[in-house]
Amino acid sequence: MTPTATKTVKGLLGEKLGMTQAWDAENRLVPITVIQAGPCVVTQVRDAETDGYAAVQLAYGAIDPRKVTKPMTGHFDKAGVTPRRHLVELRTSDAAGYSLGQEVTVETFEAGQTIDVSGTTKGKGFAGVMKRHGFSGVSSSHGAHRNHRKPGSIGGCSTPGRVFKGMRMAGRMGGVRQTTQNLTIHAVDADRGLILVKGAVPGPRGAVVLVRTAAKGADA
Amino acid sequence: MQRFDAIDAAQVKGDLPDFRPGDTVKVHVKVIEGTRSRIQVFQGVVIRRHGGGIGETFTVRKVSFGVGVERTFPLHTPIIDKVEIVTRGDVRRAKLYYLRDLRGKAAKIKERREPSAR
Repeated sequence: MTPTATKTVKGLLGEKLGMTQAWDAENRLVPITVIQAGPCVVTQVRDAETDGYAAVQLAYGAIDPRKVTKPMTGHFDKAGVTPRRHLVELRTSDAAGYSLGQEVTVETFEAGQTIDVSGTTKGKGFAGVMKRHGFSGVSSSHGAHRNHRKPGSIGGCSTPGRVFKGMRMAGRMGGVRQTTQNLTIHAVDADRGLILVKGAVPGPRGAVVLVRTAAKGADA
Repeated sequence: MQRFDAIDAAQVKGDLPDFRPGDTVKVHVKVIEGTRSRIQVFQGVVIRRHGGGIGETFTVRKVSFGVGVERTFPLHTPIIDKVEIVTRGDVRRAKLYYLRDLRGKAAKIKERREPSAR
């Protein structure tokens, strides 16, 4: 089996609210991302017998029930919950510990824990090679002619007579799923359902993010 | 910054006096040396207040042994024990960067007379 199946993974869907700052116990300034996480509900529990692997499916966010397709309505009815907007599946060894319709809140996590946060990055549109791939560009002077932000050479001449596949060029940047690993939880506000994460997470304000226990590292 | 007022509220200092650029202040800074902590006073002219909310900072300038020293503090940092206003200054700018080019008597700021200045 894959390593993920043997690990206990805890997760939660939430909304990125934005960033602020705070001071820690040693009076150091800490950049904080505020995530409104949960409450999520369990909509499906997968086990090795029926599905071949152990996992738990979490749902988050309000949605007008009229917008939900009939098959999905049936799926939510089976779990005995109102329809939700976002669904995510977590492969975890302790999936059997979850029950259908169970509510999962920010109390899943505690301060000091390391987490991974996944989300969709901000779209940058059609970006040049300097922004998209960190190319150095061309000299701003010394006779450079209207090519300050160009990539330069993209290959040989008649050998190989083509441009290699995967050559880094300008194009659409951002708007892709990205995971930021090993972030530390600064604090958890159970009353308001907030997680304060040290550092930045992908996506704009209001974006849906998945918070889960860190894939790397000793704990978990 | 208004979105996080509730989160920031715990960090905001309520006991700060209302000081402005041009004022001369004494900033009592907590300095931790090894295990014991003591208070160090940094006295000088406030030359700017920058930003807002929890991230607001202010810069204090003094001339120490002929060398200009500027120190920028986050307004709500826990290392500030207290801020004391020594004198109120009468200035016509929000950012007093021109003081950096002035020496001695020219760098002196006129004191504000409370009833007439407002």
